[in-house]
Amino acid sequence: MSQEITFTIDGVEVKGTKGQTILQAADEAGIYIPRLCNLKGLIPHGSCRVCTVLVNGRPQAACTQPIAPNAIVEANTPELNAHRRNLIDMLFVEGNHFCMFCEKSGNCELQAMAYRLGILAPKYPFQFPVRDVDASHPDVFIDRNRCILCGRCVRASREQDGKVCFEFVGRGPHKRVAVNAEAKLAETNLDVKDKAVEACPVGAILKKRVGYAVPVGQRKFDKQPIGADIEAHRTSGK
Amino acid sequence: MSNTMTDPKRIIIEPVTRVEGHGKVSILLDENNKVKQARLHIVEFRGFERFIQGRPFWEVPVLVQRLCGICPVSHHLAAAKAMDLIVGATKLTPTAEKIRRLMHYGQMLQSHTLHFFHLVSPDLLFGFDADPTIRNVIGVAKKFPELAKQGVLMRKYGQEVIKATAGKKIHGTGAIPGGVNKNLTIEERDFFLKDVDQIVAWAQNALKIAKDYTTQHLEKLAPFGSFDSNHLGLVRKNGQMDLYDGVLKAVDSQGKVIFDQVDNQDYAKYIAEEVRNWSYMKFPFIKSIGPEKGWYRVGPLARVNICTSIDTPLAEAERKEFMALTGGKPNNVTLAYHWARMIENLHSIEVIRNLLNDKDLQGKDLVVTGKRREEAVGIVEAPRGTLFHHYRVNKDDQVTMANLIVSTTSNNEPMNRAVEKVAKDHLSGVQITEGLLNHVEIAIRAYDPCLSCATHALGQMPLTVNLFDAQGTLLDSRSR
Repeated sequence: MSQEITFTIDGVEVKGTKGQTILQAADEAGIYIPRLCNLKGLIPHGSCRVCTVLVNGRPQAACTQPIAPNAIVEANTPELNAHRRNLIDMLFVEGNHFCMFCEKSGNCELQAMAYRLGILAPKYPFQFPVRDVDASHPDVFIDRNRCILCGRCVRASREQDGKVCFEFVGRGPHKRVAVNAEAKLAETNLDVKDKAVEACPVGAILKKRVGYAVPVGQRKFDKQPIGADIEAHRTSGK
Repeated sequence: MSNTMTDPKRIIIEPVTRVEGHGKVSILLDENNKVKQARLHIVEFRGFERFIQGRPFWEVPVLVQRLCGICPVSHHLAAAKAMDLIVGATKLTPTAEKIRRLMHYGQMLQSHTLHFFHLVSPDLLFGFDADPTIRNVIGVAKKFPELAKQGVLMRKYGQEVIKATAGKKIHGTGAIPGGVNKNLTIEERDFFLKDVDQIVAWAQNALKIAKDYTTQHLEKLAPFGSFDSNHLGLVRKNGQMDLYDGVLKAVDSQGKVIFDQVDNQDYAKYIAEEVRNWSYMKFPFIKSIGPEKGWYRVGPLARVNICTSIDTPLAEAERKEFMALTGGKPNNVTLAYHWARMIENLHSIEVIRNLLNDKDLQGKDLVVTGKRREEAVGIVEAPRGTLFHHYRVNKDDQVTMANLIVSTTSNNEPMNRAVEKVAKDHLSGVQITEGLLNHVEIAIRAYDPCLSCATHALGQMPLTVNLFDAQGTLLDSRSR
């Protein structure tokens, strides 16, 4: 039943199938569009807006927008990348991100995105919010100082683990990821092997006692920038 | 204190920019304009012991090394040694133990070299009273280019050793609770073996400069900021020098043993810390003697003084020569620190050479664990002296208590004594002379205190001296 749809991204002809999002089609074509809240296998959320592209001149989240015939998509433009840098900048100052000793350094998607987009230093004032940690679970540590509210843990727990360990609560600046318990993570049925633990792009949900096991130089983004795995199988254009 | 009673005048030397804080020297004069008292104040509070509370224990060896950019490896390893015990790793694998030793001695090499060549050599090569515009590392590079090159490359070698073992030259992640996260590849080993004999020769050369200077100027140096003191550090159970691991030992100024064979976990039974209201730096002392006379020196001078031998031949021959000068008793000359430091520097590269030839470095068994504990102490000999890390960790893996006694803290009282001695000997009248600045600086620098970190760049402290009369009126001010 699949119906092939042809459109362009930054002038490069891309073929996809009906029902795919722009992000999915771009990934298959080997064109990397930056993203944070999107994770393959989870229902797109469209919340971080890092993947925003122009579709026939209109801003759309590439992770939620379906492809359309003959659409003209602009993804990698100086203006869009400037917007992306702003978004990433704000995420850094709205939390307490100390890359220099964070065990996720080198494997962190937020950090890797900052490097890819050329962010050398924060340009907004730090907010230094007071956030808590939850060490109650025997095998999983939550450090909300580093949470960027991408919701990947919330969705992975529901969609892949068949549990409801995490949920958003609060609104606006008070929004946070809560655990489905009276107080602490230990009261949930979360298991360290759950997809929800793996899904965290930053150092907010961590497996205990394994930090720094991979030496500097061999970590995921030490070798290549984020997105390079997608770009490695580019099928058309340059 | 009692300054109003004797109507003193006050001189303040407000230097001292540094990585982990800021210090100043104040000198109190009595009514006859004689030095009554001198103090080195550490006036900045950093709070590491507090803000690591609540953090997961495996994060601590990486987090806490941010105390310093010059010897982060020491903090990294002291914390890792404590966390080894927290995870129940009472004995590491041979590969893990030796990789850590390689890292540690690499750091000793680079730090000692940095201090000697960049900071101290201008004083030794040009003289204490030389023009400060020449008496700096640039001056050394201009007049002694070959020597300067040796200093730079020897330090680089140490830094490369750290990078190969910790992943980065500064603030690496190599030591993890229970072991290490990498071994040394054959390629990395061969890279270091290629130059190791050259580095040994250069270390011998640096040692000769320090030794010749000390022995040739002994009359001038012997009283300079010097005083009798106790000496403390780690040694092996058999008394030999060991900078990574051992038992605690302390001797008095004449070499009489105060304690020996003290298990690291029991340090608090033997050492206490006194808080004084004019400094953020505590004053440690040996409990059995008390705060008045129980203070002690740490670092190269203390370590060479307390060990019975060194297990590498070149450094051992030099140690014997060093000890012969004082008839085998501890050397209490402050400026002998430089000579002792260069003996350790030579020892470090000899240890590195031995380790590089050890096949255990290519082993694959990197981490062990055992029965969890909730409290542990890790102690190493950092370049500047004995470094204590003491932690408690709760059942949820969070740090609940941390106590760090850093080397410079142990040398707090000795540095104060040195400053006071120099001020008494070299302050004339109520004028602040360039000579006084120089001499205060040289006395502090002998200890290679961490508060001189920022001065490593150009080899001179940005000093300001303010002189006040008894009514608090500024009489004189001198800056550099």
